[in-house]
Amino acid sequence: MTPASGSPSLSDAGIVLDLVLLVLAPLAIAGTALVNVGLGRSRSAAQALLGNMVVVATALIGFALVGATFAGNTGGAAHVLHLAGKQWDWLGEGPLFLKGIVNAPVQSQLEILFEFLAVAMAAIIPWGSGADRLRMAGGCAIAAVLSTLVFPILAHWVWAGGWLAQLGINFSAGAGFLDPAGAGTIHLLGGLSALAVIWVAGSRRGKFPKGGFATAMPGHNAVYILFGCLVALVGWLGFNLAGASLWIHAPLASLPVTALNTLLTAAGALTATYTVTRVRFGKPDASLCANGWLAGLVASSASAAVVPPIPALLIGIATGVITPLLVEVLELAVTVDDPSGAITVHAAGALVGLIAAGLFAPQPGQFIAQMVGIATILGLFLPFTYLLFKILNRFVPFRVDSDGERIGMDLHELGGGAYPEFVIHRDDSYR
Amino acid sequence: MKFAGLIVMPAGFFLSIAALVLFPAAAPRAAFILCALAVEAVGLIVAVRGHMENRDSDAGDSR
Repeated sequence: MTPASGSPSLSDAGIVLDLVLLVLAPLAIAGTALVNVGLGRSRSAAQALLGNMVVVATALIGFALVGATFAGNTGGAAHVLHLAGKQWDWLGEGPLFLKGIVNAPVQSQLEILFEFLAVAMAAIIPWGSGADRLRMAGGCAIAAVLSTLVFPILAHWVWAGGWLAQLGINFSAGAGFLDPAGAGTIHLLGGLSALAVIWVAGSRRGKFPKGGFATAMPGHNAVYILFGCLVALVGWLGFNLAGASLWIHAPLASLPVTALNTLLTAAGALTATYTVTRVRFGKPDASLCANGWLAGLVASSASAAVVPPIPALLIGIATGVITPLLVEVLELAVTVDDPSGAITVHAAGALVGLIAAGLFAPQPGQFIAQMVGIATILGLFLPFTYLLFKILNRFVPFRVDSDGERIGMDLHELGGGAYPEFVIHRDDSYR
Repeated sequence: MKFAGLIVMPAGFFLSIAALVLFPAAAPRAAFILCALAVEAVGLIVAVRGHMENRDSDAGDSR
């Protein structure tokens, strides 16, 4: 996907366009943060939003100090393993502390900027899943581990000429693992990290009472959730277009179709989720529709730049059908307490997008490359992050104590609520 | 059980690498990689099931 040398360099117009797109991309982070806050409880809203900002800051600093070194950049120095007559580029060897970035080619600077935004996005995904019980110190520790150790390795493999990017050259598997806007590198990794965080931190008190059904704990502000989705759309357009330009060297003329595909995938997903919840519950469910919209955007991260418009719409519809059903299965059948729906939205949405990119991309062998990429992220990174989080939890406990959870994260961690005029009632879900 | 599932999952990853190296032809390679993904899926199901058993009330690993 990203040949180490001979990559077409960006024109001046391309440089300006990519810079503008990357400036818009943080809106995806802002939108996701707003959705995370809205899906949590009112007594934890300020902590949730401040936590998003702190987690993003920690991830950016961690990536600047350590992560960017391991991530490396296209054509840069790397550790290579020789196995079965092939070169397996497995770890970047960039300069420490971003040394020399000022004099680096503009394309390299843009690639590093993309990776910075990507690591920030990946870090807030598990934070949303830990809503209402994750301490900010725990969230920062998670972000630090993700940004310094986990994300950089995967980013190098996928984007910076690593072995997944070279699958096409080494094994004739299409164009290598195609993930132009980070469906695997950001969202599948983030969603699986969210699952690991939930396993380590546990569910909210009273969520799964003994001998009963799961307690419904709906989000506290549907307006935040839905407005967050609209804000995220702008950011996603930035991510998808910049990713297509930077990582698969899509020509400027193809970018409008990539943008169109992004819109169609999101629209298809929302329509499908709206229909499924309307049929299933009698009325459409706002928070599930928001999850469907975001899952469609996540799926578009893999597929928007490589598929035609009608398949993009079909990918969205498939994602939108899966989303509400999987949210229900995870909560009711397997007792996973995921307030933001991150596992469904980010992990499952990414899986649909990555598989679809393999099915609809024109290059022969692309499906194999996509499957190897998925097998790598699922089989290697989920156990790896879980192990790291288990160890980390010994030193920096993720979860707040039961008293903190009872009074709410705002009062416990910040000393004041997000809505001081509100009267806080006793939570009837405690039994 | 949760750890057993998580140990099985990397085995699926190594199977997918083995498929790349051992099978140059597309069809057997794809079949082998799909089997590797199936192994990972089994590992994931076992891990999910393992964590389910520990959380019948409000218990998490950290408590």
